[in-house]
Amino acid sequence: MAASLLDVLNLEVHYGGIAAVKGVSLAIEPGEMVCLIGANGAGKTTTLKALARMLPAQGEIHYRGERIDALPSHALIGRGLALVPEGRGVFSRLTIAENLAMGAYHRRDGEIAADLDRIHGLLPRLRERTSQLAGTLSGGEQQMLAIGRALMGRPKLLLLDEPSMGLAPLMVQKVFEVIRAVAAQGVTILLVEQNARLALEVCQRGYVMESGRITLADSSKALAADARVRAAYLGA
Amino acid sequence: MSQPRKPWLGVTLVGIALLLAPLVVGASLGNAWVRVLDFAALYIMLALGLNIVVGFAGLLDLGYIAFYAVGAYLYALLASPHFGVHWPAWAILPLGAAVAGLFGVLLGAPTLRLRGDYLAIVTLGFGEIIRIFLNNLNSPVNITNGPKGIAGIDAISVFGHRLSKSIDIGGFTVSGVMLYYYLFVVLALGIVFVGIRLQDSRIGRAWVAIREDEVAAKACGINTRNVKLLAFAMGASFGGVAGGLFAGFQEFVSPESFGLMESIMVLCMVVLGGMGHIPGVIFGGLLLTVLPEAFRHGAGPAQQALFGKVLLDPEALRMLLFGLALIAVMLYRPAGLWPEPRHRREMGK
Repeated sequence: MAASLLDVLNLEVHYGGIAAVKGVSLAIEPGEMVCLIGANGAGKTTTLKALARMLPAQGEIHYRGERIDALPSHALIGRGLALVPEGRGVFSRLTIAENLAMGAYHRRDGEIAADLDRIHGLLPRLRERTSQLAGTLSGGEQQMLAIGRALMGRPKLLLLDEPSMGLAPLMVQKVFEVIRAVAAQGVTILLVEQNARLALEVCQRGYVMESGRITLADSSKALAADARVRAAYLGA
Repeated sequence: MSQPRKPWLGVTLVGIALLLAPLVVGASLGNAWVRVLDFAALYIMLALGLNIVVGFAGLLDLGYIAFYAVGAYLYALLASPHFGVHWPAWAILPLGAAVAGLFGVLLGAPTLRLRGDYLAIVTLGFGEIIRIFLNNLNSPVNITNGPKGIAGIDAISVFGHRLSKSIDIGGFTVSGVMLYYYLFVVLALGIVFVGIRLQDSRIGRAWVAIREDEVAAKACGINTRNVKLLAFAMGASFGGVAGGLFAGFQEFVSPESFGLMESIMVLCMVVLGGMGHIPGVIFGGLLLTVLPEAFRHGAGPAQQALFGKVLLDPEALRMLLFGLALIAVMLYRPAGLWPEPRHRREMGK
């Protein structure tokens, strides 16, 4: 296989008899920031869930030279592949500190405390309220916590599912600042977003998905300039 | 556990209370009430077992009493004239825990993908299947003796002494029900200890993570399948131990002791006490065993004194008041009577 960090070949996902993802292929190089954009129901989230092995799928998924399409989902974080699920999925009746600790659940090394410090540096709002229940945080803070929890697993590849969903515009900006900072630390990112404008702004490359297929793949600049993308997703 | 500054004082006081309770109750209210305490200890064990499944792992189980039945029938079959086998209790009880745990896995395995209402219905069916099997396994080969149940079960013996017989200590007679009380309390404390250790362990944290969000738990690297099965198995094994004790204590088992209503009662103890909070669950178990008995004995005479005659059948009144109490608690204290402190904070109390 090629030396990409993630190589996906002909990924297919079916919900009962309905095909939600119909043969998606994509490749991500180490250190890249790539987005997957498309309309509601195009199959973006399904693709991401399939990559995280949360859904049964056909096709090949190669990650760091290893086929992971037969692995159980819980084996991925130990290999450095982390998912921040759609709708944030924080453990709402646990405190912020406990949520972050769960992110390091699979780890047994001695550097967890150091990583916690690093993440607190990145997300100072969380440091101020470590004993607050996650369910009492605002939506944006929960999204930050979910990202922080994923970072506690020391990911090499971070799969982000709609981090802007349901957030106020100002909060969306803050969350994306955090995502940029994470990328700057060398974490490769695959971002699924409905907010195409924002996604193309922060990512170098993008894939456009339409009814289960990838219809366009190019640099963000080229996509943002593409007449079809502008008409369909950028409202221009 | 968050104890005040003098944990040993509290522990000592609770210890003395547990030690004296049957003596005081026996002397003032009679041995029938010591028997109620015995059952309270059994139900507390059941509630603590169900609390692992429902409270910690968040898996709604409406057939939990099936594991109690498995433990009880295992004891009955291995220590009664029914098959002519007479194993000692200390051998059967661990076996009962193991076999009930196995049944827990049997229930858990096909229901791994189910949650909430769907899981509740499957577990309800499982509980009924076990009861119906016990009811009908008297032919073609008589295993369970069917609806007649199994009688003449060996009482539990400790150091060669049958607990069903009273014992004289320095001219003071300690009755059989009191001896059972002490045995049950010791075992219940053991189960409390195991429960607390589990709660604070990696497994306990994994259970809570699954309860809160299963996808996120997987993303954190938790093997949700194994961890759920472990919750079913651990919860069931507590029920199996309690069941074995029940069979040895009653010296009789029959399928009608293991109906849906029993499962619901145990679930009420967990929910009413405070799901996931061990002291709350113990409180719930105690309350729901003692209060209905108090009504049973007190409702008739109280009406006699108030109205000069018994207007409402005490049994009907008991269920009516029980239902009203449940509604009131769920309306005014939705997290239970004694919830986890953090849970209470979240509910805005």
